[in-house]
Amino acid sequence: MDRKEAQHRFDYSGALPRLFVRIGVLPFLLLIALIVFTALSDRFLTAENLITVARQATYLAIVAMGQMLALLTGGFDLSVGKIVAITSVITALTMAPLAAAHPDATAATLTLGILAGIGAGTLVGVVNGVGVALFNVSPFMMTLGTAAISFGIALTLTSGVPVYGIPDAFGTIFSFARIFDIPSPVYVTAGLFVAMYVLLNWTRMGRYFYAVGGNLKASRLSGINTRFYLFMAYVLCGALAAVAGALLTARLETGEANIGASMPLDSIAACVIGGVSLRGGIGNVGNVVLGAVFIGLIQNGMDLAQIQSYLQEVVIGVLLILAVIADQLRQFVMLRLKD
Amino acid sequence: MSTETVAPAASVGAGSTPPTPILQAQAVSKQFPGVLALDAVDFELRAGEVHVLFGENGAGKSTLIQILAGVHAPTEGGVRFRGEPIELQGVHHARTLGISAVFQEFSLVQTLTIEENLFLGAELTNRGFLDKVAQHRRADDILKQLGFPLRPRQRIQDLTRAEQQMVEIAKAFRTDLSVLILDEPTASLTDREAERLFAMIEQAKTRGVGIVYVTHRMSEIYRLGDRVTVLRDGKRVATLDVAEADDERLLQLMTGRVISQVFPKIAYQPGTPLLEISHLTTEDGAARGVSLLVRSGEVVGLAGLVGSGKSVIGRACFGLERIASGRITFDGEDVTARSARAMLDRGAFYLPPDRREEGLVMMRSVRENVSLPWLAARPFTRFGFLDRSSERTKVRDVADRLNLQPRNIEHDLERLSGGNQQKVLLAKGLVSAVKLFILDEPTVGVDVGTRVAIYGFIRDLCESGAGILLISSDLPEILHLTNRTYVMYRGDMRAELQGAEITQDRVLANFFERARA
Repeated sequence: MDRKEAQHRFDYSGALPRLFVRIGVLPFLLLIALIVFTALSDRFLTAENLITVARQATYLAIVAMGQMLALLTGGFDLSVGKIVAITSVITALTMAPLAAAHPDATAATLTLGILAGIGAGTLVGVVNGVGVALFNVSPFMMTLGTAAISFGIALTLTSGVPVYGIPDAFGTIFSFARIFDIPSPVYVTAGLFVAMYVLLNWTRMGRYFYAVGGNLKASRLSGINTRFYLFMAYVLCGALAAVAGALLTARLETGEANIGASMPLDSIAACVIGGVSLRGGIGNVGNVVLGAVFIGLIQNGMDLAQIQSYLQEVVIGVLLILAVIADQLRQFVMLRLKD
Repeated sequence: MSTETVAPAASVGAGSTPPTPILQAQAVSKQFPGVLALDAVDFELRAGEVHVLFGENGAGKSTLIQILAGVHAPTEGGVRFRGEPIELQGVHHARTLGISAVFQEFSLVQTLTIEENLFLGAELTNRGFLDKVAQHRRADDILKQLGFPLRPRQRIQDLTRAEQQMVEIAKAFRTDLSVLILDEPTASLTDREAERLFAMIEQAKTRGVGIVYVTHRMSEIYRLGDRVTVLRDGKRVATLDVAEADDERLLQLMTGRVISQVFPKIAYQPGTPLLEISHLTTEDGAARGVSLLVRSGEVVGLAGLVGSGKSVIGRACFGLERIASGRITFDGEDVTARSARAMLDRGAFYLPPDRREEGLVMMRSVRENVSLPWLAARPFTRFGFLDRSSERTKVRDVADRLNLQPRNIEHDLERLSGGNQQKVLLAKGLVSAVKLFILDEPTVGVDVGTRVAIYGFIRDLCESGAGILLISSDLPEILHLTNRTYVMYRGDMRAELQGAEITQDRVLANFFERARA
């Protein structure tokens, strides 16, 4: 108590702690990863490989941007993986019969399929939002519940087998096409990134996400409709996960109920490594995308270094915990970094 | 004995008085990283006295009692217990010596029962197993002895805050008590509960227990205290007998300034009625049939003890309390049970008493906090997007007016001192056209400099025609800043005092059950 009143300088005001507080742990991790993997494999630091990393990271980057919104408001969304799954299933189930009935109307088939899929995924987000914002269900239970519901529905609809019959054009356009050598999903991600950047930094809604997560009561007293913005965070999170689900379906060219299982962990990891606070109110969308890229980089690097995929899980888990510890440390340093 | 030295004291002779003090701090200093929280402070406590520690937030009261209770070890200086030098190894050690502290932050486990909490860490055992029967009997004895209406098997989470405090106190009485340290014990109590606490303190005194009582409420000093030690900036400023103390003197000692330097002269020009509350009763009964009026160009006080219902009034005006009956009118319009948004849009601003809890988004910047209530309107939003450059300009202006330190409006609030955080809270009401300010404890936990600045602002706002409802348990604030004052007592409006009627005696007379003797 007494300490707060004082305005003395602390020993934590050196250049490195300041940098750490400002940019978080991520740039340090990226640097280390680049050095290590470049040393391990000479194929790592090539243009082609980096493009591969970019494409692999897009799906996670999109989900992580949505996850960030939930985290900003002081919650999280554990259903993102199953939103990806149900989007994939609904997209495929809508496209397959349409493509069979009207082989020539590809554009309409794709449009309807994408809308249906993303609509289904977003609907899960709406349900999450209603539960969290209106009924005060804890985000943990709410999203865990909707995850089970979505997964159950996806499995029921498909009997657990992949859905075939998606028009080839879907994969061609939304996964394999390249413009200036860059795969199309990367453009989608870039577009969403710009939209998110504008939303978070230049609109009231974005500002309110931070405020509501930072202090709900203060936000309410400042005349903010806190329930609405909590609701919207989960809706947008669901929508973004759904977009990722549709893009992933284009890449796989089938509808799958079993995809996205690692998304909750990976997306939260990407956010936390990117400096988003688990207590809400703090986070930068650019760093979140970098966090996703970092995870993509780690996975790619480990692939090249021929580390088996089971061990890769271990590494991601370790990194997540380290990132959380770094976040605590950052809070600690920040509180002492007064000037 | 009463030593009073306005300069940093060094002259309290330990051996010069007949009764040996039971607890003594000798020139204790405490250095926290970057802060000297206590600077060579002497303090002594005699058996059977209530020794009040008085001072502003940050003066070092908390640190001193934490050292006395064994939470912290002093960096320099020493503690003597019954004349013997001791080195406290922790709270538990202190407790075995009969030194018990009740802090504001309770140390109770919510999911356990009262008896389990009472003996936590010192469970009664029989051959390695818990002796629950003995524990229950002992717990029952302690509670009965203290006259608390509690049963040992109640769970903490089912108790009110006041009842939890009773459990904390009962915990102190578990061992043979010789020193009881109470840290702002009435902060969360209703008046009736406070009365019971006071009676218990009287009783403990007669048993020879020495009591260290931390407060920043002057009324409690007169009510309970035998001696008072005033701390400022980590130093002991004075120790005096309560009989010799009065508001002016205490305030001067606490702030280091004379009253006329602290409180500005305000030219009141009461104009049209802004806020009219008639026969307001909240659903929880915390306010019953309360009526009041605030006009433009005046500062209206709303005084009362904590729990008197005065805070409820401000909250009710902002849609934060459920209203059972009555009417709230603002600027001629019925605004009963309207939301915070509706009130802000009409030009009313509410400053909550706890800035961390309800006022500020601590991890965000000054700029974002100040503009937060007003983002929907120009100049902050243009064509649906935030206009960050005019936001910056506007907030920077207010930061300049308030002399915010540091001036950088991009700093997040965690990095500001308490006083500057409070300025930011006030700044939220200054970036838009506000006609009515409802300020609930606007100077809680701030240094004197900030206090003076905030009072200056209240004057400026009032003189430029705003209406101000000043809700405060700080008596001098009420006495020196308001031209009209209401006093609440246990949910009822007790009195309305005007101008020269606003005296300490008349306000205090309405604070308590009976007038103070």
